[in-house]
Amino acid sequence: MFPTLQLGPLALPTGPFTLLLGVWLGLWLAEREADRLELNRDHVSALAMTGLLAGLVGARLGYALAHLDAYLVDPLGLISNNLATFSLPAGLLIGVGAAWLYGRRQRLPLRVTLDALAPALGALSGALALSQLASGDGFGAPARLPWSLYLWDEWRHPTQVYALLAALLVFGAWWRWGQSAFAGFGFLLVVAGTAAATVFIEAYRGDSALLAGGWRTAQVLGLLVLGASLILIKRWHDAQPPTDGPRVDR
Amino acid sequence: MVTLLVGALWTSASREVAAGDVARMPSPHAGFPAPDFALEDLSGETVSLADYRGQVVIVNLWASWCGPCRAEMPALQSVYESLSAEGLVVLAVNSTAQDTEEAARAFVTEHALTFPVLLDREDSVSQAYRLRSLPSTFIVDRQGVIDSVLIGGPLAEAVLRSKVADLLAEAP
Repeated sequence: MFPTLQLGPLALPTGPFTLLLGVWLGLWLAEREADRLELNRDHVSALAMTGLLAGLVGARLGYALAHLDAYLVDPLGLISNNLATFSLPAGLLIGVGAAWLYGRRQRLPLRVTLDALAPALGALSGALALSQLASGDGFGAPARLPWSLYLWDEWRHPTQVYALLAALLVFGAWWRWGQSAFAGFGFLLVVAGTAAATVFIEAYRGDSALLAGGWRTAQVLGLLVLGASLILIKRWHDAQPPTDGPRVDR
Repeated sequence: MVTLLVGALWTSASREVAAGDVARMPSPHAGFPAPDFALEDLSGETVSLADYRGQVVIVNLWASWCGPCRAEMPALQSVYESLSAEGLVVLAVNSTAQDTEEAARAFVTEHALTFPVLLDREDSVSQAYRLRSLPSTFIVDRQGVIDSVLIGGPLAEAVLRSKVADLLAEAP
């Protein structure tokens, strides 16, 4: 594991750096896909950037609101360079909300735009697995297997590698089937595939957040997302014209 | 439908595994017991991390030549002054193997630091905590388990306060 890369006086956190590379790759893929789907690539790129930046600001504000006493003492802490002071739920909520508002303002068709973002989602999922492999986060449960990884003083399931392989598999499925079906299918395929992989791999994690009764939070959320994706796939498929007509986006 | 059913069964089966989770070895990562250490402070008295079980401990690894370490010391001092009555301890472990005792002493005097400053002459704490960059800060809860690992700096006072607030609220 290499949580930091020391470049002279600069300590580069490899986890966030890998995620940043994932964002860059994702944006590039989204622009390519926007071209293929005959969307305005600048609008798709701006939508993704709007979501990312609003998400970052929202995540920091959400964290600060949850720890208001601390930030009232030191308001400048809001612009701290520390990466451990973000709220993921707040970031997701505000990031997705901002992207949605931008998309509406530019009159981007929802399902086709989501399709354009599908490969970016796949790339981010792979980058997250790589960043966790670099930082040692998302580690597996202790296990003595030929492919176990020695991490945090134990031989463990290499869950970060499982997640990376799953991300590649989902990306491959999108590449093979996700670009040819009805509008919105590519996006839902990536979401459903990622959720299914989370449900499966989380069972081997050694750091799962647990709900009452020992249920793993990520698995329960993964099941909900998987269920919602499968329902939408059925609905959006049924909304298609019966013949080989053009892709619709209602 | 079949996919969801299989997923639900798998989720339920792995719940049992979670319930039987085994105790963890000490390791410098969030969720693991903090590796214990015993070092001399500037007055020559031996201080160990285990002495502070039941309190929230900020273990800060630093060196006097490290700019971000120097920059975050006032925040550590301020947090220590205002929260020590609630059970917060700061252990500033000087990475003496790559610093000098004289420089460490001069720095402590210059900044009027009142929390324990320990001397890691043999580099043992740096190794146990797999120090890769300075400063590195580990926040340990009342049970001796690492709650947060903050690599790099300087840490803002708000960051430190937010990270210890919930831990201090827990019963000793």
